[in-house]
Amino acid sequence: MRLSALDLACHRGGRDVFVGLSFAVASGEAMAITGRNGAGKSSLLRTIVGLVRVTHGQLALEGGDPELTIAEQAHYLGHQDALKPSLSVAENLRFWVGFLGARAVAIQPSLDAVGLDELADLPAAYLSAGQRRRLSIARLLAVKRPIWLLDEPTSTLDASAQQRLAGFMRTHLAEGGLILAASHGSIGLDGAQELRLGQAASPLAASVPSPLVGEGLGGGSGGGAPASTPARRLTTPTPNPSPTSLHSGARKRDPGGGGEE
Amino acid sequence: MSPLAALLIRDMRIAVRVGGGALMGVLFFLVVVTLVPFAVGPDLALLKRIGPAILWLAALLASLLALDRLFAADHEDGSLDLILMSHAPLELVVAVKGVAHWLTTGLPLILAAPLSGLFLNLDAPAEAALVLTLLVGTPALTFIGLIGAAIAVALRRGGLLLAVIVLPLTVPVLIFGVAAANAAVVGPVPFGTPFTVLCALTLASLVVGPFAAAAALRQEME
Repeated sequence: MRLSALDLACHRGGRDVFVGLSFAVASGEAMAITGRNGAGKSSLLRTIVGLVRVTHGQLALEGGDPELTIAEQAHYLGHQDALKPSLSVAENLRFWVGFLGARAVAIQPSLDAVGLDELADLPAAYLSAGQRRRLSIARLLAVKRPIWLLDEPTSTLDASAQQRLAGFMRTHLAEGGLILAASHGSIGLDGAQELRLGQAASPLAASVPSPLVGEGLGGGSGGGAPASTPARRLTTPTPNPSPTSLHSGARKRDPGGGGEE
Repeated sequence: MSPLAALLIRDMRIAVRVGGGALMGVLFFLVVVTLVPFAVGPDLALLKRIGPAILWLAALLASLLALDRLFAADHEDGSLDLILMSHAPLELVVAVKGVAHWLTTGLPLILAAPLSGLFLNLDAPAEAALVLTLLVGTPALTFIGLIGAAIAVALRRGGLLLAVIVLPLTVPVLIFGVAAANAAVVGPVPFGTPFTVLCALTLASLVVGPFAAAAALRQEME
């Protein structure tokens, strides 16, 4: 299975969020989408899933079910957690399992895996932000889908939950899935490609909002197979990752646009 | 169970719990019906004449109350994103939400109507006719309301826009519903004439409502 984009552009709210974006992710691979706030990370994920219309460029999935759209074979973990406050934890999960078409699946193992098994009957209104995020992750575990699109998955999670999530992601990749995760920091996956959405405009033109050009550092732009393009690999995250190691590529082109993050 | 059945059960569960729409609709209906005799005064003949109209109006407004949050709640917590992504056709999803809304708001109103008829000095044939017209007409109110709810989905307090859009479309239902309820008691028009038109309006809204609401949702989510 291979998810690829060619010359993708996104137009939202009357402005171009990004143009000329190309990448490819194959089974067993992960891609981390990084960039400053407003760079279009969430927009990219929503475009892949079909919630934002593709105005230019192509998005293709090879090797999946030809009868289904990309969204029907993907899990989308957005900023919001899609939980109903008046339903209990178990009822929320059971609904999503039923709605996503996996009605026979038992939800208890997923609740155990994310550590919410004792709170199964608690109304979701009483959950903390981290618990809500863990319940959304339980949805990903309970219903098996090959593509995971995660929008800042670690944002409200504590350290142990982040490690658990990294474990789930590694298992998913080992089973042949693929992951695209938008994140400010590290998502805890070794060997992930990085797709940096960054600004390529010169400082003089900074006052005019210009479309952001995506740099598909691990992508197949130019028609080459992804394996032949040397992708920048993220190393194991240290507690305070040095900014230069991740951003040096972009900094060379845009010396005046520093100061973000 | 199929995805749509799961959605139906979830929506009904939410509506029936505290904070959902079911209790709100019925209570509002009963409050209006209880207050009208105090406002109008002890003129029993007058109450009998305007009884069906008051009950229909109360049913309309009570249905409208819970429509506001129908799609907006899902939009705000991100459920609508996942629903739009799913394999289930959006028109059917919208129709199922309409059915859930009617079962939890419309049906309790119909069950409360005979009791309310007592407040308004309605006798048995009038109440029977009224309940029948409500049974046929409240689905139309719900499904027309779906259109407004879908248009106002992205607004936080879309209630006013919803009312402005929905109320004019529900006026024919109101007119024929009250006409049928009155025709059963007063005549000379036979009950069947306005009642058949009411049935036609409901059937049309059952089709037009979901398609229009689905189109509006797709538009809003872009």
